[in-house]
Amino acid sequence: MSPPISTRSAIADALAGWPPPVFDPAGPYAGSITTLAWVLLVMSVVVLGVVLVALWLALFGSKRQRARVGGTKAVWTGGIIFPVIVLTLLLVYGLSLTRSLTAPIRGDEMRVRITGEMWWWRVAYLDGEGRATMVDANELHIPTGRPVVLELESSDVIHSFWVPRLSGKLDMIPGRRNLMRIQADRPGVFGGQCAEYCGGPHALMGFVVVAHRPQDFAAMMAARRTRTVALSPQAARGAQLFADAGCAACHRIAGTPANGLAGPDLTHVGSRRSLGAGILPNNRGTMIGWIGDSQAIKPGNRMPRYTVLPGEDLQALAAYLEARK
Amino acid sequence: MPTAHVLLPLLLLVACKPPPDERHHMPQADAARGKAAIERVGCASCHAIPGVRWPQGTIGPSLDGFAERALIAGRLPNRPDVLAAFVRDAPSLAPGTNMPAMPLNEEESRDVAAYLYTLGDR
Ligand code: HEC
Ligand code: HEC
Ligand SMILES: [Cu+2]
Repeated sequence: MSPPISTRSAIADALAGWPPPVFDPAGPYAGSITTLAWVLLVMSVVVLGVVLVALWLALFGSKRQRARVGGTKAVWTGGIIFPVIVLTLLLVYGLSLTRSLTAPIRGDEMRVRITGEMWWWRVAYLDGEGRATMVDANELHIPTGRPVVLELESSDVIHSFWVPRLSGKLDMIPGRRNLMRIQADRPGVFGGQCAEYCGGPHALMGFVVVAHRPQDFAAMMAARRTRTVALSPQAARGAQLFADAGCAACHRIAGTPANGLAGPDLTHVGSRRSLGAGILPNNRGTMIGWIGDSQAIKPGNRMPRYTVLPGEDLQALAAYLEARK
Repeated sequence: MPTAHVLLPLLLLVACKPPPDERHHMPQADAARGKAAIERVGCASCHAIPGVRWPQGTIGPSLDGFAERALIAGRLPNRPDVLAAFVRDAPSLAPGTNMPAMPLNEEESRDVAAYLYTLGDR
């Protein structure tokens, strides 16, 4: 049994709700960041309090109090020694708390490469040697209870990977590989969002992480590898159209001649929680709406609109892609 | 007959085009819940729908002023029961239509219809 499907957009899941997702960690790595955030918050409230008291004394205190607040001793202790000690301690504490997030690959972890694209995400599940064993897009499946190493890259501009309930933000920088660990403690669907402005529809660049119990995860991945797709007559017509209308030039579907790389891999698009990189629920209607005129939905994205296709062709294409589980 | 005394004035009332809310009376349906359902299943990926800021798809017609429309999809009477069935499973009511069946249950589709009937052109 896979976890319930969230039909809210991944971006809404990542940013909205109560408690705010950033304060509602679902795993140890996000947990350490939430702890750090609380520590920083409490520290700054304390410091703010001290400053306000000093300010009040400076304005309304007796002559003696005013003299003490303005004296050299107060400036040295409150203005130099205290901040140096506190900030150093915080730095050491913060770095030790988050060191495990970006530690080098040990070799026995599950590895996934995620590449930022304008304005979607390429996902490749890797074996121990770093070779891709399965390619997908915009959605990541992980088992619960163990760390997963993400190798974050970019193929164009700087993006930032952020799934608030599972980890902090980390930039995806062209020509670099940044490591990040995530872990979910229980099954669930977790929304993410690109957190570094990357032009055009950046605000519509979401991501979905689905955490399964380990045995469900293994079963799902095995089913994906062995599944044969049976096509209805309508879907078979859609397969033909996929080649004829030029979709195959930009999209790959494993096991078919479609081998394009400019757009998301569609091998498993029928099983995705969302379409358009985490922004729409995935159903027959949104699939047709996206294929027919994705520019009305995500203005400026790199897929052309297909308003030349008659409705029955859109239906057939949607039927075909729906079957790609 | 006493019933005729009651019914006659009622008939007169019906004839003089009451505002949309009464013409499209939908007991137990909730327009606010309907709007939430519209946003959850993504009707707006094909329709511009007043009150839904994003997206404003272009594959289907705009639903602005829908309460005033005489026919649904140009062929079905614009009545609450018909509309509720249509938004859920259009192809079975209007074969050949390009409006697909949408993942709504019966209650949700009545709520959705109630929301569409708030879209008058007053
Ligand atoms: C010029 C290249 C190009 C062509 C041709 C193209 N697409 Fe796309 N497609 C893209 C890109 C790029 C995206 C990702 C857009 C985004 O989210 O920013 C995309 C996204 C999609 C998605 C959503 C995938 C997801 O996981 O969100 C579907 C479905 C899709 N395309 C189907 C089609 C179909 C069907 C055709 C042919 C009628 C087609 N595409 C033609 C480039 C293309
Ligand atoms: C794939 C795109 C698509 C989606 C998604 C979609 N529709 Fe439609 N809708 C259409 C098309 C196309 C028509 C025109 C149908 C016709 O004339 O046969 C239509 C017609 C309609 C009509 C009749 C409009 C009129 O002017 O007569 C209503 C009402 C409607 N849709 C409501 C909805 C609701 C509510 C949803 C979400 C539950 C929805 N639609 C989702 C494409 C879509
Ligand atoms: Cu971005």
